[in-house]
Amino acid sequence: MDNIIVAPIMVGNHTHSTPELVMKMEIRNLSAFYGKFRALTDINLEMYANRITAIIGPSGCGKSTLLRSFNHMNDLTPNARVEGKILLDGADINSEHVDVVDVRRRIGMVFQRPNPFPKSIYDNVAYGPRLYGIRRKADLDELVEKSIRQAALWDEVKDKLHRSALALSGGQQQRLCIARALAVEPEVIVMDEPASALDPISTLRIEELMHDIVKDYTIVIVTHNMQQAARVSDFTAMMMIDENLSGRMIEYDRTEVIFTRPKDKRTEDYVTGRFG
Amino acid sequence: MHTHAKTLSEAQLLKRLRRCFQHGDRPWQGILITISILIMVLILAIGWMLWRESADARSLFGLKFLLPTSDASWDPVNDHFQAWPFIFGTLLTSLVAILLALPISLGIAIFLAELCPEWLRLPLNWLVELLAAIPSVVYGLWGIFVFLPLVVAPVGQALANTLGHIPGLGLLFTGPMPQSGSSRLGAALILTIMIIPTITAVTRDVLLAIPNHQREASLAIGATQWETIWQVVLPYSLSGILGAVILGLGRALGETMAVTMVIGNSIEGTPSLLRPGYTMASVIANEFAEAVTKLHTQALIEVGLVLFFITLLLNMIAQLLVWRVARRTPQEARA
Amino acid sequence: MTRFQQLIAKNQAALSTHRKTVNVVMLSLTGLLTLLALIPLFWIIGYVVYRGGKSINLDFFFHLPRPLGMAGGGVLHAIEGTLVVTLLAAVFAIPPGVLAAFYAVRNPNTPLGVALRFSTDVLSGVPSIVIGLFAYAIMVKPMGHYSGLAGGVALAILMLPTIIRTTEEMLKLVPHALYEGSLALGAPEWKTSLSVIFPAALNGVITGFLLAIARAAGETAPLLFTTLGNERYDIMGIIRNGILQHQSFFQIFGRLVNQPVDSLPLTLWKYAQQPYPERIDQAWAVALVLMILVLLINIFARLWIETRKRRLQG
Repeated sequence: MDNIIVAPIMVGNHTHSTPELVMKMEIRNLSAFYGKFRALTDINLEMYANRITAIIGPSGCGKSTLLRSFNHMNDLTPNARVEGKILLDGADINSEHVDVVDVRRRIGMVFQRPNPFPKSIYDNVAYGPRLYGIRRKADLDELVEKSIRQAALWDEVKDKLHRSALALSGGQQQRLCIARALAVEPEVIVMDEPASALDPISTLRIEELMHDIVKDYTIVIVTHNMQQAARVSDFTAMMMIDENLSGRMIEYDRTEVIFTRPKDKRTEDYVTGRFG
Repeated sequence: MHTHAKTLSEAQLLKRLRRCFQHGDRPWQGILITISILIMVLILAIGWMLWRESADARSLFGLKFLLPTSDASWDPVNDHFQAWPFIFGTLLTSLVAILLALPISLGIAIFLAELCPEWLRLPLNWLVELLAAIPSVVYGLWGIFVFLPLVVAPVGQALANTLGHIPGLGLLFTGPMPQSGSSRLGAALILTIMIIPTITAVTRDVLLAIPNHQREASLAIGATQWETIWQVVLPYSLSGILGAVILGLGRALGETMAVTMVIGNSIEGTPSLLRPGYTMASVIANEFAEAVTKLHTQALIEVGLVLFFITLLLNMIAQLLVWRVARRTPQEARA
Repeated sequence: MTRFQQLIAKNQAALSTHRKTVNVVMLSLTGLLTLLALIPLFWIIGYVVYRGGKSINLDFFFHLPRPLGMAGGGVLHAIEGTLVVTLLAAVFAIPPGVLAAFYAVRNPNTPLGVALRFSTDVLSGVPSIVIGLFAYAIMVKPMGHYSGLAGGVALAILMLPTIIRTTEEMLKLVPHALYEGSLALGAPEWKTSLSVIFPAALNGVITGFLLAIARAAGETAPLLFTTLGNERYDIMGIIRNGILQHQSFFQIFGRLVNQPVDSLPLTLWKYAQQPYPERIDQAWAVALVLMILVLLINIFARLWIETRKRRLQG
């Protein structure tokens, strides 16, 4: 179908620090199982460095499961199994001998609901660096400030770093969680519907934040909000469940292609709102 | 005339009964409320009874009954009583028991809540609870004939040889330990075993109540499982753990039979763990049935009163602490 | 290189190994501690079975004690005493306990409801020997003698918190729809509670009773100065005598409960302190009987509730 433009959608436009595409993460034939149930089937996906990749699809199609297989969060669920290759800079991080703790540092995660620790704002962000043996106050101060600035939160909390993180608003807490994830300088940041629990203004701030930090990080975001995917991402992947209730990758392309001239009818139906 | 009046009132009575049972809610509520109030009153009644029945002893000995003193004497013959040795014995054995039981219980609770595979969880919980189901006298019997000679005596000997020589702390470890092994150490060790289920069960529940998203947040940053437990899960549950410990302490203070059977039941001048001792519960258990003079009986009841108040206070504090944790953590908890 | 990477560059490999080692060591430690705690459990049970098993015989269960030196003899008096006292305690504790639980379930947020829950928890922490003193003060002293009745009262107070708590929890498990349905049909509250809710929760409630009874059966301290002990207690004898002398039911019943009574834990306690090896052997046998009794009730009750719970949750 040509020229299907549904409504004025802003397509992501940020200047890229690396004009050529460099492959950062590659998913090959990934399948995920919970016991006997196959939650994901044959997922193939490429994520490029310093770009934002969005994963969209109706709820329940396995987007979160996919994200959580990147950093082995599925290991926490009993009977969960992930097969296939997940290549980070060419090395398979889904293999048996991988250092899970290190993978989790390199792939930072922001959750749907903000989950700060019941500690001070400072201690939340310093949590990661402290694990890595950074003890000197001057070093920690520096890292904490840098991370909170990157999360666009510094001006709001710079005077109350030692107050409890739980006293912040929802949007602030989520940006704090982003700062916490940034403090250990991951290479990839995956966000599982980071703004779905927040108000529109906080949502916008997080989207701006993403545009700002993408020059240093690779970002993968799961969202059920199509306008957000269109606004923010460079690439979009469309997922859906098949007849066996297993999630599959339907289509994957540059964002403007997905939203204006998708190749698969199902994608077209979804983005035009006819379904899902 | 007479019979007529009687039948009338019978009919009235029946009518009232029928109405009562038809709706019956008011009397029902009344019964429930009365029973509930009575139960609350029970605690006050216990305290009041103890207070009343020890009146003479209290007025005679005053506060000196309780205070630490170097010339304590418990003399039924001459009707002179001072309870400090028992208070000391109770406190010493219970505190040592808590010191030993806390890390063990914490470890077990962490294992049960965080690490245990699903299929093992229920059986292990049962086993730990079974430890609490063994009657106290059975612990005591095993204590006298097995635990004391095989464990307490050698441990005591080892402690005397090592720690007994340190100035200060060594006072707690100077012997000689009696041949049988009956000692405060024996009592403390048996108490440790007996309060582990209490502390473990409460701590485990407190840990399980912590929402999973906290653990996920920590692990996602790249923390190891232990780091997550130590730096996120445990600090979150501190007040609940404190409540568990206080509950355990309360149990240790009131434990009677097992302690009586292994502690040696003698008033001892030194503070050493290796020597036999006496606790408040033990002296009551040993002497009450044979107390001859009224004052002796009253003095024993006064000891019971002190025990009652201490455990009452501890229990109230513990309940408040555990309540606080239960109310603070939201619904989303670990499956 | 970023600042963070600078900072962690030195000895990153060593730190990483250190963190992993600590992780493995500490997690293993918790497993070890769990094993450590189970050692006394198996040791005690095993030893009691071993030592007690040697002295147990059929005589043990069916005969009254014989003087030392004579063969045979048993602890029938203690077994009967335990049964009588525990039964009395159950009768005294279960009705008020269940009623209080009804109140607590329906009114969790009223001042009385909160106070009731609080009091129950506090009552469960009162030492059993203090409860024994209380029972002495309100029963033995006024009555002038020790009795099974007084022991029953003491144990009932001990059982009360357990019964209230477990009954309340089981009542809460009953689906609210059942309650509302009954009320919607016009049944009054009391009828709903007794005929609808209570039977639905019966399985779990009975479990609670069993657990409370198991605890009461093993208690010694509250009985020390309430029932005292009675080596000649013989239910069959009392009943037979009573029938022979044409006594009424209440008179026989009175004779059963209104005198000092022995119990298994009390007997254990007494025998353990005696210097005669035969008595010590018997003490171990009593321990075996007591433990079998208590553990069996416990295990049965837990199994019962687990299978029922699984059925309830479908």
